[in-house]
Amino acid sequence: MSKPLPSRILVLGATSAIAMAVTRRLVSPGAHFFLVARNPARLDAVRRDLLTRGAASVTTQAMDLDDTAAHPEMLAAAVQSLGTIEAALIAHGVLGDQEQAQASYAVAEAVLRTNFLSAVSLITWLANYFESTRQGTLAVISSVAGDRGRKSNYVYGASKGALNIFLDGVRNRIDRAGVQVLTIRPGFVSTPMTAHLPQGALFSSPGTVAQGILKAIGRRKDVVYLPGFWAPIMFVIRGIPQSIFKKLNL
Amino acid sequence: MRGNVVSEQAEPKFQSWGHYPLLQADLVPLHWMTDFPLAAPPANAMLPVGLGRSYGDCCLLDHGTLLNTRGMTRLLDFNAETGLLRCEAGVSLAEILDFAVPRGWFLPVTPGTKYVTVGGAIANDIHGKNHHAAGTFGRHTPRFELVRSDGTRMVCSATENPEWYRATIAGLGLTGLITWAEVELRSIVSRKIDYKGIKFNGIEEFLAISRASSHIEYTVSWIDCVSQGSSFARGIFMQGTHSMAPDKLSPSGQPRLAVPMNMPAAVLNRFTVGAFNALYYHKQLSRIRTALVDYETFFFPLDSVLHWNRIYGRDGLLQFQCVLPDNGDARGMTQILRTITASGLASFLAVIKVFGDVPSPGMMSFPRPGITLALDFPIRRDVSFALLDRLAEITLEHGGCMYPAKDARMTPHQFQTFYPQWQHFAAFIDPGFSSAFWQRVTAHV
Repeated sequence: MSKPLPSRILVLGATSAIAMAVTRRLVSPGAHFFLVARNPARLDAVRRDLLTRGAASVTTQAMDLDDTAAHPEMLAAAVQSLGTIEAALIAHGVLGDQEQAQASYAVAEAVLRTNFLSAVSLITWLANYFESTRQGTLAVISSVAGDRGRKSNYVYGASKGALNIFLDGVRNRIDRAGVQVLTIRPGFVSTPMTAHLPQGALFSSPGTVAQGILKAIGRRKDVVYLPGFWAPIMFVIRGIPQSIFKKLNL
Repeated sequence: MRGNVVSEQAEPKFQSWGHYPLLQADLVPLHWMTDFPLAAPPANAMLPVGLGRSYGDCCLLDHGTLLNTRGMTRLLDFNAETGLLRCEAGVSLAEILDFAVPRGWFLPVTPGTKYVTVGGAIANDIHGKNHHAAGTFGRHTPRFELVRSDGTRMVCSATENPEWYRATIAGLGLTGLITWAEVELRSIVSRKIDYKGIKFNGIEEFLAISRASSHIEYTVSWIDCVSQGSSFARGIFMQGTHSMAPDKLSPSGQPRLAVPMNMPAAVLNRFTVGAFNALYYHKQLSRIRTALVDYETFFFPLDSVLHWNRIYGRDGLLQFQCVLPDNGDARGMTQILRTITASGLASFLAVIKVFGDVPSPGMMSFPRPGITLALDFPIRRDVSFALLDRLAEITLEHGGCMYPAKDARMTPHQFQTFYPQWQHFAAFIDPGFSSAFWQRVTAHV
């Protein structure tokens, strides 16, 4: 038995390719959205798309989610607008440039601030909200890169790995209040974030990933690798001993 | 590593439907209407592209920058009273149908594949089986936004920037980037099409049935371009109208068949195509057959097999589409068909239709009153190129015209005779834009 899909939805990073694919699939005559993203023009295009496709209401707020001090006010506005937040999707993030990040702490810090610290701020507030309302789904887009540090992107990987551990703890705390905490670990996805990379056979579409996210929400999963073939791949990669791993070119 | 031998031989990042010609270009994805002009404009020329269903080189640019609009797929507004849809230019007609059909709406003009973008449909001013009644796609796009490489944004319609409106419809993507467009949908009450197939034998009979069918919304004919003698120019005249009996408006499923790889070129030859044509013609036993069919079957029989172009093998295919004025005697079309049957090169996929006289706003629009013939040829350099060149000459001799979206062979002389307004149009081309087609047909001879 899978639970019905949420109809009062908060999306942080609503103009990301995966978030757009998810919200499109959640459109129904009863669906209410509160969308947050940095760029007002893009946010407006997404708002129009969801309304045209038949969403009941779409409210937007343009803000930089790095501004953690502004989170509580924005989240309160989302509750005000939606009545109840049934599901929150945290989808914002940056890939960062590994070479720059390993050369400069300031660059690494910016990646950690966006991918980890701003998410911690949002999750802290939302976990308390969901725990007090004893319902809800907190879905957070992490990455397979968070499973193991690799020389090609360990700053990004560390931001996602830290996020994974934080979410494990939050789940352990509020699952018993009836809250689903879903860690989403996509592999390579064809999005603007990866447009500069050569697109190999391991790339999947935002639509495929979105489908998997909705299925995982419906089945009350805790952690999901998307597409599913990444689960055995990462199982193997996590199992490689350090003595060998440190010599690999990954 | 750019520019070395390996990358020159690499598979191009973007190909047209005919897999010919193969040209190397950079591909820049556009995800938002504000992504253009590019933050870092390229040193070379640019061209917007969509799903690459143009057959030849009008969606290609050698060593240029192709602006891929398939990231811009948002619907921006829909008026459920009038059926006016506003969407981003990268939305495909398949995506419009997925949205519109369950709401009781349909495309105003439906081409032979639904895998084309709205931007591409405007840029090529595409046509369909209802051309005699509804005209081209561009007649049903009352407004759109055009963005130039210098950052100028223009809303274009019959009354706002009207010259730019006329130049951009059928403008082959050269006048700038279309970011959004309005499309006038038409209402339906069923997915079904009332279909009638009528066998004909020869061009005269085809024309007679055509004249008697002008009140039918959709008409097109399959024509046998292989058989000679008593079977010469036999075919099936297909009529369709949207069923008026209210029925379920469920969305379409996904295609389940695909040609997985390029076939050996020998798969298609005079004998296999001839046998296929005989089967297809005789499958309909009676002279007239009626049926209630799904719109997918009626409009997009080929879309049910993804990558069907791979049956032409690695060398690819060319399509030939011309329109000849209907002088009443069909001499030109008969000459074209005789030349094709004599060559033995024709494929199964050949259609013939009488265009109507509904004018297009497009300055460079291809459809015009007359008889249009479209068919595919496998690329065999020595023989099919010579045949295509001969067909273009016959088209020219009979005062006809050829369709840039289907072309990779037209000479500058032929193009400039078919489209004498080309120099007037050229003034509207964005200085940062070009295409392999445009460079070819405007080259000095």
